[in-house]
Amino acid sequence: MLSEENKIKIEELRKRYPTSQSLILPALWMIQEQYGYISDESMKHISVLLNIPYSHILGVVTFYTMLHKNKVGKHHIEVCTNISCMLRGSGKILEHLENRLGIKSGETSTDKKYTLSEVECLGSCGTAPVLAIGKEYHENLTIEKLDKIIDALI
Amino acid sequence: MNTQATDTEKLTSWTPVILPPLSNLHKIEFYLANDGYKSFKKAMEMKPEEIIDEVKKSNLRGRGGACFPTGLKWSFMPKNSDKPKYLCVNGDESEPGTFKDRQILEFNPHLLIEGTLIACYAMGIRTAYIYIRGEYIKQIKLLQKAIDEAYANHLIGENILGTNFSTNIYIHRGAGAYICGEESSLMNSIEGVRGYPRLKPPFPAQFGLWGCPTTINNVETIANIPIIINNGWEWYSKVGAEKHPGPILVGVSGHVNNPGVFEMPTGEPLLEIIYKWAGGIPGDKGIKAVIPGGSSTMILRGDKLEDVRMDWDSLKKAGSSVGTAGIIVMDSDTDLIKVITRIAEFYYRESCGQCTPCREGTVWMFKILKRFENYKATKDDIDLLLDVANNIEGNTICALGDAAAWPVQSMIYQFRDEFEKRVEESKFHSLSA
Repeated sequence: MLSEENKIKIEELRKRYPTSQSLILPALWMIQEQYGYISDESMKHISVLLNIPYSHILGVVTFYTMLHKNKVGKHHIEVCTNISCMLRGSGKILEHLENRLGIKSGETSTDKKYTLSEVECLGSCGTAPVLAIGKEYHENLTIEKLDKIIDALI
Repeated sequence: MNTQATDTEKLTSWTPVILPPLSNLHKIEFYLANDGYKSFKKAMEMKPEEIIDEVKKSNLRGRGGACFPTGLKWSFMPKNSDKPKYLCVNGDESEPGTFKDRQILEFNPHLLIEGTLIACYAMGIRTAYIYIRGEYIKQIKLLQKAIDEAYANHLIGENILGTNFSTNIYIHRGAGAYICGEESSLMNSIEGVRGYPRLKPPFPAQFGLWGCPTTINNVETIANIPIIINNGWEWYSKVGAEKHPGPILVGVSGHVNNPGVFEMPTGEPLLEIIYKWAGGIPGDKGIKAVIPGGSSTMILRGDKLEDVRMDWDSLKKAGSSVGTAGIIVMDSDTDLIKVITRIAEFYYRESCGQCTPCREGTVWMFKILKRFENYKATKDDIDLLLDVANNIEGNTICALGDAAAWPVQSMIYQFRDEFEKRVEESKFHSLSA
C-alpha cells in the first residue's frame, strides 16, 4: 500500500502526464522505497489506484532491473563489472566481497543483511572500479577501502 | 611520454563553457551572477524560427551517439499542431564508458534547464521531460533542486518572465534498462509501458509521446544550446572540427593515469587526449586497443591511432564513430577476448527481447565468446561468430542490434590474430586437461 503521503504525491503528479499509465514508474519507485521491494499485493494496489490491469503493472516491473519483485538484503551491494571497471580490477572487488560475505553474486546472506549483485555500467567509469550500496556510490575502490565500507555497514 | 603528442598550448587554450571551472554553479544565485539565463533572455527576443536557424547554422551534432544535426531534427517538428508537442531530454546515459551527462547534472544543471527552455521556446513546446537513469539518485536530486529554484525565479512555469510563453519541465526517473536510452524506448518508458523500441517511421516529430510531435535530445546536446545562442553560430561553428564543431565532453576510462571527463573542442587527436589530458598509460605500457565512443563503437588498434581525431569525420575514416565520446583505453597486457566477451554479455543482458536476431543472436555470440574465453573454441568459431554478428546487424527495430554486432565484428577485423592465438592455445589447454 502506498503511504498517505505518497498517495498525495501521486495525485500531484497526475497533472504532469496526460495519462495515469505514466504514473506506474513513479508509483513503483515509491512502493520500493517504502518496502524495499514490490510485492504482488503492491502491484494489485497500484493496479486499482491507477485503474490499469495488474498484468500490465507486472510487465513493467519485470522489464526493469532496478525494480525487485523479491526482498533483497538490508544492504544491496551492486558491483559494476562492465569493461571500464573490469579493466581497473572489478573482478578482484567482486571476488573479495564474495569471500568476505560468504555469498555468490546474485545471492542474499542467510541473515538477510546483504545482497550481492553484479550490475552493468553505473556511469562512473572515470572513478572505476565502483559499486553502489543503496543510494550511495563508492568510487575508486581498493580492497582496503572496500573493507572499511563493509565494516561501516550496520 | 608519447612522441606523437604535440605542444601543450592547445590543451590549455580551451576555456570550458559547458563545465566552467566555477564552484557552486549548481545554485541559481551563482549561475545568475555568471550571466546565467542570459542566453534564454536573448532567445526570447528572437523569433522561434530564427533560433532553429541559428542552431542549424552552428552545425551542432547530437552528443548522444548518432551525431545527427540538431537544428535539422528541430526543423522536423510541425510548426502548427492541433496536438501538444513534447521535448524529451535524454539523460539515460547507460552506454558503457560514458559518464559525461552526469557532470552536467551535477555541476551545471541550470545550463541544461536554460537549454531546455530555449528548445521549448524554439519549437513551441509546453512540456519537457528530462529522463534520467534510475541509478543517478544524487544527480536527480541536484537537478530537481535547480528546477525548483528556476520555478521560484519565474524561469519555468506559466507566463515565464512576464511573457505569454509557458513551459513546464519535469524529471522522469528510469529504473535500470540500457535500452531506454534509445529514443522510442525512452518515450515508451515515460508512457508507462515496457521500454520496447518502436518501429520507425513514423518518426517522433510526427508521432512521438502519446502520438504527439516529440523531439528527443541528449543532455549534452541541450547544454550546448545556450552556448550557441550566447556566442552566435559563427563563433560556434569555428570551434573544433569543421563538420562536427563545438565543445565536446570526452570521457576517458580504462588503463590511463588520469581518467575523467574533459571538455575540449572536437577534433582533438586521440593520442593527445590519452597522453596529455588523461595522463598516459600506467607503467608506460603501450596501447593495445581503444574504444573511442562507448562500447557500441568499433574498436581501434593501438598502433593505428596516429592521425585519428575525436570528431565525426576523422573517426568515420578510421572505421569507427564518435558515439558518446567515451574513450576506453586498453594497455598492451589486456586480454581482448575477455573484453569482447564482457561487452557481448552486456548486450545479451540488455537486449529487450523484441526482435529475434538480437534476442537470439546476442546470447549466441556470448556463448561462442565464452568458449574462446574458456579455451574451448575451434577455428570455425571465428567465422561462426562473425556470421551471427552479420546477421544481427541491420535486422532489428532499433540500433541495439547494431551496437551488439559492431564491437564483435570490429574485434574480429582488427584482432583476428588474437582469436586464432586463442584457438591454438585451446588445443594446448585441452591436451593438458
